[in-house]
Amino acid sequence: MTTWEPVIGLEIHVQLATRTKMFCGCELSFGEPPNARTCPVCLGLPGTLPVINAQAVHYGLMMGLALECEIASRSIFHRKNYFYPDQAKNYQISQYDIPLCGAGRLGDVRLHRIHLEEDAAKLVHVGASGRIHGADASIVDYNRGGTPLCEIVTEPDLHSAEQAREWLGLLRVTLRQLGVSDVNMEEGSLRCDANVSVRPAGSSELGTKTELKNMNSFRFLERGVNAEIERQIGLLEAGEPVAQETLHFDPAGGRLSSLRSKEEAHDYRYFPEPDLVPLVPTEAMLAAAHDALPELPAARAARYRERWGLADDPARLLAYEPRYGDYFEAVAGAGANGRAAANWVTDLRARIGADADPSASAVTPAALAQLVALVDARQVGAGAARQVLDRMVAEGGDPAAIVEREGLGSLDGGDELAGVVAAAIAANGPAAEKVRAGNEKAMGPIVGFVMRETKGRADGGEVGRLIREQLAAG
Amino acid sequence: MRPRGSSAPGAASPSERSSRSALTLTAAAAVARIRAGELDAAELWEGYRARAAADEHNAYTWVADGGDPPALGADAPLGGLPVAVKDLFCTEGVPSQAGSKILEGYLPPYTATSVENLARAGAPLLAKTNQDEFAMGSSTENSAYGPTLNPWDVTRVPGGSSGGSAAAVAAGSAPWAIGTDTGGSIRQPAALCGIVGLKPTYGAVSRYGMIAFASSLDQAGPFTRDVTDAALLFGAMAGQDPCDSTSVGLPAPVALPSRTDLRGVRLGVPEELTGEGIEPGVLASFHGALDVARELGASVEPCKLPHAPHALSAYYLIAPAEASSNLARYDGVRYGFRADAAGDLLHMYTETRAQGFGAEVKRRIMLGTYALSSGYYDAYYGRAQKVRTRIREDFDAAWERFDFVVTPTSPTVAFALGAKTADPLSMYLNDFCAVPMSLAGIPGISIPSGLSEGLPVGLQIAGPAFSENALLDAAFALERAIGFDAAPWRHVA
Repeated sequence: MTTWEPVIGLEIHVQLATRTKMFCGCELSFGEPPNARTCPVCLGLPGTLPVINAQAVHYGLMMGLALECEIASRSIFHRKNYFYPDQAKNYQISQYDIPLCGAGRLGDVRLHRIHLEEDAAKLVHVGASGRIHGADASIVDYNRGGTPLCEIVTEPDLHSAEQAREWLGLLRVTLRQLGVSDVNMEEGSLRCDANVSVRPAGSSELGTKTELKNMNSFRFLERGVNAEIERQIGLLEAGEPVAQETLHFDPAGGRLSSLRSKEEAHDYRYFPEPDLVPLVPTEAMLAAAHDALPELPAARAARYRERWGLADDPARLLAYEPRYGDYFEAVAGAGANGRAAANWVTDLRARIGADADPSASAVTPAALAQLVALVDARQVGAGAARQVLDRMVAEGGDPAAIVEREGLGSLDGGDELAGVVAAAIAANGPAAEKVRAGNEKAMGPIVGFVMRETKGRADGGEVGRLIREQLAAG
Repeated sequence: MRPRGSSAPGAASPSERSSRSALTLTAAAAVARIRAGELDAAELWEGYRARAAADEHNAYTWVADGGDPPALGADAPLGGLPVAVKDLFCTEGVPSQAGSKILEGYLPPYTATSVENLARAGAPLLAKTNQDEFAMGSSTENSAYGPTLNPWDVTRVPGGSSGGSAAAVAAGSAPWAIGTDTGGSIRQPAALCGIVGLKPTYGAVSRYGMIAFASSLDQAGPFTRDVTDAALLFGAMAGQDPCDSTSVGLPAPVALPSRTDLRGVRLGVPEELTGEGIEPGVLASFHGALDVARELGASVEPCKLPHAPHALSAYYLIAPAEASSNLARYDGVRYGFRADAAGDLLHMYTETRAQGFGAEVKRRIMLGTYALSSGYYDAYYGRAQKVRTRIREDFDAAWERFDFVVTPTSPTVAFALGAKTADPLSMYLNDFCAVPMSLAGIPGISIPSGLSEGLPVGLQIAGPAFSENALLDAAFALERAIGFDAAPWRHVA
């Protein structure tokens, strides 16, 4: 039986968080009454002309530089002509054959291009159908019309829905870190279409692709792509061809419906926008974009791996959530062991939540660094330290003082601990037998007994050593 | 709007007589008298307003109401001397219909930059002038508001597309006017009406607020009684505009022309534009003008613009292609005319456009849509752009040997109403001499060179980009030497 390999490319539209629209001076709209944020230009009134938004170009250049793209020394805008009321001019000003940014890369995925364009207006269809067909009337809100959009197109370098979802997550945190967009899928400031095809594993030829639209959440993206992969494999295994078409994903039913086939494809009659001059980024514009770049999540994760020896997962977790990353760096900077600090910051995050700002919590980085140091010095056992952290989250304070006050200091290898270990062995006869027979993993219940008895104050390593010593002696 | 008709007869008071004679002054002379306190701007305003309201040539689509004049700006450089403006310039609260039924009654919420520049300089809006629909035409017969008549002979066309502006200035019902030139629409009607028309360098005057025909070619400019007035009006219109990315500041302020000879000036006569297809009477007047130029000290030599004969073909791909997109917005959804069409969106679109656009506009939308279609783009639009580049290069080569090129502005004098309406190609040929300059984006001026069969003939002088000051100087010297004095505006009682 053939094994199939999915091949996926993404087209992402990002609304830029500029102050004003792409080609006019209207401020961007956030829930104003319909058509409040409009002017003669974005309403396409006779005689009006577009003017390129410098901040949108700046953001586009920042994205291009951050995503390692080739920046075009001269890019141009085109008109994409189609009749529909969501474009006041009945054409969209977009970029076509010479986009602002060419080939680039983010993580494992190559980027094909990034270009600037204007968003469409919002249509509301009045009537039972809720769609334009069968509507009693359709009304247009041009507030969104003309909002700056960046379209990012990847190469077909993704091979599963999960990978697509994960990569889109990386793109989102990267754009958020750049500060160029709100990147909110639910609100539509980040929109993703996927081109999906499948081919026999090992083949280098691409299968016929379909385009999936309207996957307006990470979950829908994964579900939609998976549904399409399944559908295509089903067709191919039944000996039927995949038709090139555009599909609409209905999240309610999880079904895909055809929007239009290749034969019905629009002829957009693209031609260079004669109302604009070519966009030629100057050295100063490039320098300004470069200077505005923050450290990006992928680079940050790499730095965490190199400098503090973090494993991939904690490095990524901290790097992708800049507030926790900053906090982690403060803890490590206060002298704590990096790997341990990362674990304790992750613990803190589990307690206060991923959306909370750790720097606003009761736990100061210096205090957390102290706790890490106490654990490192075996003055507090791991279990007891977690209790200390609970206290710190609740009321702040100095970890050493909490240890002292609560009597959570480590039991060192003295008689008291030896006595507890002896009692633990006595209480867990069957486990002790197994350990004696060489099954180290059976030690768990004995260790657990000791930890309960000592309220977590015992050092795990020391407890293990004592158990082995006493069993060997006995 | 006042009903049209002849002005009422009756005895003229002394002040009426003086303002009547003031109506035969050039704009520059009138401005000088206003500034010297010898003429009253408000009286002059009313004099012109009354004449425009009594328009007998269907030159106007709207005329300012009588009564108290608006703020005239009499202290500003243009002295409050009112200006007639082609219909396609957007004027706030004043009908701006581009000669089309599809914009019937359309009142823009803003005013075009160039019109605002003029108002600020002291040239308030007097009237809107008739034009070919969306500036598509060479006779002003393609207007949804009826054809404009030529003041020299009302059985003839005034040229187009800015025929209303040309007729208004020629008739003397406006001291000056502005229009637009995409492929000859200022120069050709100026020639056919015996007045001065300047198409500036592309980018010299803001296009913001000009209802677009072909964006890469459209350029606004003045219609005036003489070359000095053209410099005065052009200087007040021009300038870089942040609302028009394709606008460019002039390298130097516009100077009033003063040159009286052409010593050392090298004139090139393009063989391709001065031979076949030019009426004998026009050619005779043209050669007469060349003789005058020689007498003034100019050298006159043949020159070559090898690709100029292809200009019209390239123009009729590029301009319709841009127009097909520019005119897509007239769909009945937001403003202007909407057909009473029950049914779906497509039906509303098609009925609105079928009923709202005239035949010539539809013809060009179809041509342009075809030229941009997938599979035909390279063969038509792409190729036309290459021809355009060649034409620009032809001119660049000419400027190495010549200061200006000169041609007849139009191959014919004003033709009879209806003579060419059934034959679009012969109508298009009327812009044969004007279109190459439009494609190259360079300035051209038309001044009267004489008469043929009692009708005016225009001489076109074209120069390198932003050579307007030198161009106006040369035109001024020739105008003075030619001494053309037959225009109707001089003789209106």
